[in-house]
Amino acid sequence: MSIRGVRIKIEELSHRYTSKSPITFDKVNLEARQGEIIAIIGRSGCGKSTLLHILAGLLKPTDGSVRLDDVLVNAPSPQWVMMFQAPHLFPWMKVSQNVGIGLHFAGWDESKMRDRVNDALDLVDLQDYADNNVQDLSGGQQQRVALARSLVMEPELLLLDEPFSALDAFTRASLQRDVRSIAKRLGFNVVIVTHDIDEAVLMADRALIMAGSPGKIYDELEVNLPDPRERHDTEVQAMRTRLMEAFKTAANEHPSTSSKDASDESSPHNVTQHA
Amino acid sequence: MSDGVASFKVGDSKSYRVLKSSGRGLYNFFGGLAILFVFWWIGGYFISINPSTEHFAAFGPIPTLKAFPELWSAGTIQNAVAASGYRLGMGLLIAVVIGVPIGILMGRSKRFREISNSPFQLLRMISPLSWMPLAVVVFATWNQSIIFLIAIASVWPVAFATAAGLAKIDPAWFKVARNLGATPIHMMTKIILPAISFDVFTGIRLALGVAWIVLVPAEFLGVTSGLGYSIEDARETLSYHHLTAIVLVIGALGYILDSTCVLLIKHFSWHRGDSA
Repeated sequence: MSIRGVRIKIEELSHRYTSKSPITFDKVNLEARQGEIIAIIGRSGCGKSTLLHILAGLLKPTDGSVRLDDVLVNAPSPQWVMMFQAPHLFPWMKVSQNVGIGLHFAGWDESKMRDRVNDALDLVDLQDYADNNVQDLSGGQQQRVALARSLVMEPELLLLDEPFSALDAFTRASLQRDVRSIAKRLGFNVVIVTHDIDEAVLMADRALIMAGSPGKIYDELEVNLPDPRERHDTEVQAMRTRLMEAFKTAANEHPSTSSKDASDESSPHNVTQHA
Repeated sequence: MSDGVASFKVGDSKSYRVLKSSGRGLYNFFGGLAILFVFWWIGGYFISINPSTEHFAAFGPIPTLKAFPELWSAGTIQNAVAASGYRLGMGLLIAVVIGVPIGILMGRSKRFREISNSPFQLLRMISPLSWMPLAVVVFATWNQSIIFLIAIASVWPVAFATAAGLAKIDPAWFKVARNLGATPIHMMTKIILPAISFDVFTGIRLALGVAWIVLVPAEFLGVTSGLGYSIEDARETLSYHHLTAIVLVIGALGYILDSTCVLLIKHFSWHRGDSA
């Protein structure tokens, strides 16, 4: 598979759901290098998930623009695909059919499709499960199928909306490691939206902290750590502490209206998922 | 999935039916029929020994079974089944062609669902046979009138089941499909229809149950073919063993049609616990 990354350029991006509703986020500016993995950390309600939907072309911004290598994002495209918290597989299809569905939409012929689907299944270590019903797979395996379904389109940009938060710790760790290594190997860009600081440290090249209501990006840190990253590495631990400090500072200075527990740093997992 | 409870109920009745293919199931199947046959035989016996009812003795099981070869060689059963089957098939086809799109519209558009609810609920509760006088005036032939009655009896279960199926669709499926480049046609053929086919066939099964009940009385009038007509004909010619034979054919055919629907539902179901 030949995949390449893009330069992401977000300019003065603002969003509100209706003209009467409050501004979700205001004048967000962000640039990402080709092949860079960025994590946006924030509590629920700060608009990070909405931002991701706009990046995917699934929502329209109220103001401002998103450009990928100067191409304006204004509609969904298999070139910029999104993965969600739940895998949302099609339960009436086999694993291979789920993975190949985007190629089917694009009108690929059967044999070319099979080769590409097998490549994608190899990438996520599910080559032995091609003919299984997706409902027989574990949660982690299902999320791997969803990942393969995205990768098969050879996207320039993969958007992850808290995709591992529903998985157990062990499965989550292995998927975090694998997604980063696949992205680095193939060279595509990743934007991760998360409330899990560990996830940002383990996966990202750069972490952005989003807070407030309307949401804004208040801080950013380069995560310059060697691969593979392990949770118990002292460098990872140090970075985690720095990120946590930055997150607390931003969250305390710019509390979002929906969070009552601005000082609750020990359990970012407990923050409820914003729809 | 949010529909876990609903699909479980259907799943249970289905796995019960699957039991019939096993040894014990087969035993129960024939055992149950044998018990019915014994009751029938006892009833027939009492009719034949009572002087005031003895000329109805042909209602009993033995004369009825003897009637089958007569009716078969005369082609009565085949012709009646073909005529009734055609009407049923056409009526159901029309019901599906109209009911599935209406159901999809009900499931997809809140406005349509809200505005259509009162008229559809009202129309649904009208006994299909009460349309008969109107149908006869509107349609050129009795045949068309009967097809109309079948269609109007069947369209509601199909439409409502389709709408229920659509309500259970995970909206994220559309988001995923849109993201991966699905056109509106792909959405329909690859997402919506496979997702709801289970519910559509459940609706067709319910529709078949109603249509099969409507069919026979609808054929009592006007037409000179079909299972309903054959019953009327047998009654008028006082050939009671022919009458009960046709009644038996109606029961057996209805049973077979319903079981076919169950198999189709099973085939199209992707709900876990229903298949395999």
